[in-house]
Amino acid sequence: MYVAVKGGERAIDAAHAWLAQERRGDPAIPDLTVPQIREQMALAVNRVMAEGSLYDPDLAALAIKQARGDLIEAVFLIRAYRTTLPRFGSSQPMDTAAMAVDRRVSATFKDLPGGQVLGPTFDYTHRLLDFALLAEGEVPAAPTVPADPAPVPHVTGLLDRDGLIQPEPPCDAAPADLTRTPLELPADRALRLQVLARADEGFTLSLAYSTQRGYGRTHAFVGELRIGRVPVSVELPELGFAVEIAEVDLTECETVNQFTGSKTQPPQFTRGYGLVMGQSERKAISMSLVDRALRWQELGEDFTGAPAQDQEFVLSHCDTVQATGFLEHIKLPHYVDFQSELELVRRLRAEAMAATAMQEAAE
Amino acid sequence: MSETTPLRRDWMSLLAKAPPAQLAELAPDLPPHDLLRAPEIGAIMLEGRIGGTGGRFNLGEMTVTRCSVQVGGAVGHACVQGRDKDHARRAAVLDALMQGEGAARIRDAILMPLQAEAAARATARAEKAAATRVEFFTLMRGED
Repeated sequence: MYVAVKGGERAIDAAHAWLAQERRGDPAIPDLTVPQIREQMALAVNRVMAEGSLYDPDLAALAIKQARGDLIEAVFLIRAYRTTLPRFGSSQPMDTAAMAVDRRVSATFKDLPGGQVLGPTFDYTHRLLDFALLAEGEVPAAPTVPADPAPVPHVTGLLDRDGLIQPEPPCDAAPADLTRTPLELPADRALRLQVLARADEGFTLSLAYSTQRGYGRTHAFVGELRIGRVPVSVELPELGFAVEIAEVDLTECETVNQFTGSKTQPPQFTRGYGLVMGQSERKAISMSLVDRALRWQELGEDFTGAPAQDQEFVLSHCDTVQATGFLEHIKLPHYVDFQSELELVRRLRAEAMAATAMQEAAE
Repeated sequence: MSETTPLRRDWMSLLAKAPPAQLAELAPDLPPHDLLRAPEIGAIMLEGRIGGTGGRFNLGEMTVTRCSVQVGGAVGHACVQGRDKDHARRAAVLDALMQGEGAARIRDAILMPLQAEAAARATARAEKAAATRVEFFTLMRGED
């Protein structure tokens, strides 16, 4: 049997030409520039950076433009691009306590060193459409007051001082890297966090929500949520010392969870951790809840069969690019696969009908 | 580690973190230099710590551009965030020049303005954040 395997070229070229035209939209409307996307669609840019796992706001904005605003397609473009880059090394572990905070809130303590700083948040808005944005106009300047240069310590550090929370002692063992070695299960916490940091926001949110509704409940409080700029230091091999080469915007969430204790250890709170590129607090909170749910074994909790506790389920299904790649491939030609199924069904039907006819003849 | 190390660390940091357009404005003309390593785009892995203080983990990568040059006898290096090759080259040349006799002049003409600008940007943001800090007040209840 011969199967047509060529002949789509002209159609594909025409489809891509039309795609380019549709992407541009009505030519009477000004073309959207990449800097406009970077500056004015910043949270979309942040999501593409986080899930694309590449910090580069310009490229993320370009990917959003190319993908016509399809953020999952944009993430795919960024992941494809990052595979072309040579790896020069790793940064020193970033110190989030040194963050210049735009926003820092705690749901566990009202008064705390550094205070509750709301930052540019959607919280407390009324979620009413603002028709004023339909008109172009100047935005009034945000108010300012002199800043307090005092440090903004981690809330968990305050609890840790009194032994009330499980400590996170520093450890300098090199972490496993998903981009160098394929994921193997069971994955340690460091590897799980790398996977979750680039996981789909929607999937992570739903899993986190499922733990709140009782599927692997962990009684989470947001001990602290902080957003701001963190210095990035890199050791340059030619020099033998580290240089602070950049600042990156990060969102960090630390949850304070239900306590554990044993005969040897008095009860103390446990933690979940979320760290995400850009301003992305929904993702950071979700990540910390899922991180905490995945720690059941290490903390001596029961496995209740909840999806968020099952690392094989979570880690194998949370990646946007893997999921969309496998899902969307089923729309591509499967003519030969299907032909064999078709022939099988026809043969089975013929056999079944022949058997029925024989039976009827016998009766 | 030599005595110039902390100083060099600081000026390399300022040059790397400078907005490329501002750096180009402050240092439009570069002296003749040899490229030891032409500007090259790559990535570094950003690392975090579990719980902010614990074990290391890989957060994701960041684009960087690195470059090494020679100006006279001095070798300059740069590694900057993003994919701007001119930025990396300019920062590397200035790193080399800062090791020579013109260092004081470069410090005044280029590094000081960069430092002032960076401080102003950080302050402006911190002051907006400070305005959103919640000042709780408590109502007195009961008799005492």
